[in-house]
Amino acid sequence: MSALLVQYLVTGLTVGAVYALVALGFCIIYNASQIINFAQGEFVMIGGMAAVSFSDIGLPLPLAVALAVAAAALVGLALEKLAVEPARHAPVVMLIIITIGASIFLRGLATLVWDKKLHTLPAFSGDAPIGFFGAVVLPQSLWVLGVTLAIVLLLALFFGRTLLGKAMLATSYNRLAAQLVGIDVRRMLFISFGLSAALGAIAGALIAPIALTSYDIGVMLGLKGFAAAMLGGMGSGTGAVLGGLVLGVAETLGAGYVSSAYKDVIAFAVILAVLFFMPSGLLGVRSSDRV
Amino acid sequence: MLERLAAPRTGGLLALAAFAALLPLALVNNYYYDVAILVGLNAIVCVGLNLLIGYAGQISLGHAGFFGLGAYGSAVLTARYGWPPLAALAAATAGVTVTAFVLGRPILRLRGHYLAMATLGLGVIISIVIATEDRLTGGPDGMAVPPLAVLGAAVQGERVWYWIVAACLLAAVWIALNLVDSPPGRALRALHGTEIGAEVVGIDSARHKLTVFVVSAVFASVAGSLSAHYSGFVTPSKVTFLHSIELVTMVVFGGMASTFGAVVGAAVLTMLPQLLTVLKDYEMLVFGAVLMGTMIFMPRGLVPSLAALAARVRA
Amino acid sequence: MSLLRAESLSKRFGGLNAIADLTFEVERGAVHSVIGPNGAGKTTLLNLLSGVYAPSSGRITFDGRDVTDRAPYQLAARGIARTFQNLQVFFNMSALENVMVGRHLHERCGLAAAMLRPPRVARAERACREESAELMRRVGLGAYLSSRASALPYGALKRLEIARALAARPRMLLLDEPAAGLNPTETLEIDELIGGIAADGVTVVLVEHNMRLVMGVSDRVLVLDFGQKLAEGTAEAVRGDPRVVEAYLGATEH
Repeated sequence: MSALLVQYLVTGLTVGAVYALVALGFCIIYNASQIINFAQGEFVMIGGMAAVSFSDIGLPLPLAVALAVAAAALVGLALEKLAVEPARHAPVVMLIIITIGASIFLRGLATLVWDKKLHTLPAFSGDAPIGFFGAVVLPQSLWVLGVTLAIVLLLALFFGRTLLGKAMLATSYNRLAAQLVGIDVRRMLFISFGLSAALGAIAGALIAPIALTSYDIGVMLGLKGFAAAMLGGMGSGTGAVLGGLVLGVAETLGAGYVSSAYKDVIAFAVILAVLFFMPSGLLGVRSSDRV
Repeated sequence: MLERLAAPRTGGLLALAAFAALLPLALVNNYYYDVAILVGLNAIVCVGLNLLIGYAGQISLGHAGFFGLGAYGSAVLTARYGWPPLAALAAATAGVTVTAFVLGRPILRLRGHYLAMATLGLGVIISIVIATEDRLTGGPDGMAVPPLAVLGAAVQGERVWYWIVAACLLAAVWIALNLVDSPPGRALRALHGTEIGAEVVGIDSARHKLTVFVVSAVFASVAGSLSAHYSGFVTPSKVTFLHSIELVTMVVFGGMASTFGAVVGAAVLTMLPQLLTVLKDYEMLVFGAVLMGTMIFMPRGLVPSLAALAARVRA
Repeated sequence: MSLLRAESLSKRFGGLNAIADLTFEVERGAVHSVIGPNGAGKTTLLNLLSGVYAPSSGRITFDGRDVTDRAPYQLAARGIARTFQNLQVFFNMSALENVMVGRHLHERCGLAAAMLRPPRVARAERACREESAELMRRVGLGAYLSSRASALPYGALKRLEIARALAARPRMLLLDEPAAGLNPTETLEIDELIGGIAADGVTVVLVEHNMRLVMGVSDRVLVLDFGQKLAEGTAEAVRGDPRVVEAYLGATEH
């Protein structure tokens, strides 16, 4: 394997892990409510920008990141309570527009709270590159991959073993049945927004040292995370992770070997291809309508 | 009595025509004319988009793409290849018709979120291609566009353009009103009501959705071509995802399933950033808030909500 | 010759056989009822006959032509109209417009004509409005000519769907529980309406739970149970059939 290919794979997996976290965020909210949260990318942005702010005022990095994640989670909870819940019975088109509105609103807010410039976060454990089969790996990449893996395992434990997690899963399988056994489905949606926001924020903080951060990184990251979730199969957690990694690698390989100018087109071409040919994605489940 | 049910159409159109004819009295300088023209161009796109979103119940988050194809189509053909502007406009419109027809078929098989994402993806791909193919399009910096010329005479200046845009807007509104109150128009609205109910009375939902998609794309494309000649310049900034969202906001805010609502929405939301230049920094914040607020508190949009309020007050 | 024939019709949903190997015929101009306990597959059958579902196997022949696997709008073009148990009314339109949509297949209006509205189109619109208003009066909805569909009470909405279906001038009308949720007076009105429709030569396939309505208006009755044919014949024959009594009539008295 050539060193260049290894390099691309490492970069691709790193970027893919970020997409995977964003995709998981989409997946959790979709499972709780069938809503696609177009503001998901903004949580990533808040995670990165807030971490930069907290770190700039002198807080140690771990604390800065933790506070940033908490801040994003609060924003997510507020979004659900103020914008989504009042309209929860509205048709899909309206909910789409509401979350898009929220995304624009949050971006506008970000330009006021922060600014429009690029910012950087210090790498978690330094910049000294590590050699790996001829490729150069940044320590931050290892952080991204490692934390993503840890999160995926934690989420698997959460949804599989804890009562709250199982309640959220039950809500995603059958909302009415979940209500009938006493699960507060509105609370499940509330929590899912907070959880998704936290996931996005972690992704944002992880990637900020490598890719820099600014008020509008959320747009592309959100869309690509959505593409990854669709690729894996909307509603499937494993699919989200798989989709994210596949998309990240495909994008990096495409940019490296084909054309770097059209890198962003790859994600959208993937969206269109999945929607046209495989709407249930790689691991998703087909449903049929009852009339 | 049954005739009266059709009356609001002609009355509204006459009112709009009268308004457009008298407005120049209030436009004291070129800047005001400029804003009015921008409103008119956005309104043309919104009237078409409203047919798709408000009447047919579909969604498009990529209509800036069609606007851009019209604008760049006219720009490239006139500036790079020396075509006469009207021929270029016709060619660009034809190109967009074909594109929308070909792409619309697979896209419109999707519903809800999936349809939204597909149109979004399409719009973004168009904008990326336009921004990247800089030899042809001038890339992120854009390119200059020769003025519109009719029979050899160049059309320039805000005042002339005002009348052109006003005439085009009136034509667009007239076409939209006719369409809504016709068998194909009712078929579309029926599709929005319940697709299965429409199918069993013989409505081929795929064909009708495609038709309205193409019609709305053509409205956007013509407005784009006009905009390119009016400004004398095109840049990719008008082809972005954000512009697509602005267009949807105008339709949603003004009134879904209301042609005049689309015009009002375009007017209010085009003028807002212009009038509040002080609040330029708050533009995104306000747009986002308007979108959310309208959907939560006034889901039918401004004009239908006001009409319903007026009906209740009268009763 | 029969107007409609279903041969070995089956519909499976995963492991569930909603309709299993069903064969039956509907005579031209007859009123043919389909009854059976809940879950017997009656609505599934109507969905198959109107193209809403595609059969898993079997054949449907309408007026001598094979129409298996055709989309709903294609079957509508052949002359099949239907109403729905769960109303599929266009609530975003007026009541009159709902009926006008029913005439879709008879309105020749292309896109260009629709956008430019030449006098021919304006005249056709007026005629369409008049005929639809007439249909509404015929089904007893004369009071709602200028109402929004969303303003109509439940019983009126059921009749609106019938008016919409009739606007297509169908050869066969599928009615899915038209009397469901109606009081005895309204049910009697539906009874007379169906009789009038049949008298006009329209073949009617009626799915109903209301036994009095079924027995009074039907020429033939098909009894379904668990997606299979349990019995078929005249109303008297079916009513006396011990298998039918055991599976259905004996348990629930109307």
